[in-house]
Amino acid sequence: MTRITVKVDGSSFTDEVEPRTLLVHYLREQLGKTGTVVGCDTGNCGSCTVHLDGRSIKSCSLLAVQADGHEVTTIEGLGSNGQLHPMQQAFHENHALQCGYCTPGMIMQSIDLLADNPDPSEDDVRLGIEGNLCRCTGYQNIVKAVRAAAAAGGAQ
Amino acid sequence: MIPAPFEYFAPATIDEALGLLREHSDAKVLAGGQSLMPALRLRLAAPDTIVDLGKIDELRGVRDDGDVLVIGAMTPHSVVQASPAVNEHARLISLATATVGDPQIRHRGTFGGSLAHADPAADLPAVAVALDASFVIAGTQGRRTVSAADFFQGVFSTALGEDELLVEVRVPKYTGWGAHYEKFNRVAQAWSIVSVAAAVRLDGDSIAEARVALGNMGSTPVRATAVEEALVGRPATADAVREAAARAADGTSPVTDLNGDADYRRHLATVLTRRAVLAAAGTA
Repeated sequence: MTRITVKVDGSSFTDEVEPRTLLVHYLREQLGKTGTVVGCDTGNCGSCTVHLDGRSIKSCSLLAVQADGHEVTTIEGLGSNGQLHPMQQAFHENHALQCGYCTPGMIMQSIDLLADNPDPSEDDVRLGIEGNLCRCTGYQNIVKAVRAAAAAGGAQ
Repeated sequence: MIPAPFEYFAPATIDEALGLLREHSDAKVLAGGQSLMPALRLRLAAPDTIVDLGKIDELRGVRDDGDVLVIGAMTPHSVVQASPAVNEHARLISLATATVGDPQIRHRGTFGGSLAHADPAADLPAVAVALDASFVIAGTQGRRTVSAADFFQGVFSTALGEDELLVEVRVPKYTGWGAHYEKFNRVAQAWSIVSVAAAVRLDGDSIAEARVALGNMGSTPVRATAVEEALVGRPATADAVREAAARAADGTSPVTDLNGDADYRRHLATVLTRRAVLAAAGTA
């Protein structure tokens, strides 16, 4: 077992973990943060996307021990005081989800995208969410939602 | 699946990492992990020991060293991609790096990790060969430098010894050269069936120097010297470039697999080389 200290969604956690524990399993099973989901388990689908030190990563492709000393933000850390994050609000208003399984990862990646490019074109959005798969929506409303969030100043 | 159990070390210095590699003969080096983690989870790899380079700060960053750019092995793709120095002096690297994986993978995956992994279908090995990069390798006996052409030795196989580390890559500056990276694959995120890395320097309307290398046309990247020689001194016109690019597959022995047979790859190499060289000349 290896001792790690990680800040997750604003709170600091110190835990003993087996080195082979994936970050996503640590978040879900040890911290109970089941908002982040496991989709493909092969690094392709992006549904487990979280932020590590403010940048998007796939939490199935990182060991929990690699997050030692770093800061993680999950979908559960976005809203505040019962208020949705502007990106969550835009997904809600634009019907950017059907089954919802890809949504946590889509939202985390879309926020990362706006951090680099606050006013993305439709093509920029499609390229920016290249690493996130959705099998319901055909992506149309997801792209619409990301651009709506950008227009509403969702980059902050 | 979760990986098989292993012993984990996260050294803070290169020397400490080299010591661990010497002590643990079955150790696997973890850089960004974007190729290793899937392999561990599928249990295609099950090393006894993992040596994580993530805490070694001296392996990260891009620096200017006179005629050469030095890229630390643990520099994430996203940092390389955003580097103004790389964009100015080795634009081919910026362009190819922007096509690696997807944004999340580029945040974690590293320049050196991708090169040391030596996947024949990867993007950066052909770029390193095209640009004549040098690989600085640290071992317990000290450091040695290996050319890109000698670094790649086979499928997933390089000049790195088991107790050695790739610490940095030195890239000569190609300031003012045009560049283009062209790859062909079926769907987003798929590996290249064939890729072409091209850089050209123009003198007026004609091509003064050219660097062209092919990815996935063999077990290692292939420098298309016949194309380079045929381009030099010629005008950068569609006809001249087409004629030179027709030699792209000379001397190659690409594999036949589910993505395409060898003949298809040889044909693709000529088409992609023509596109890459023309596009590179257009930006020079």
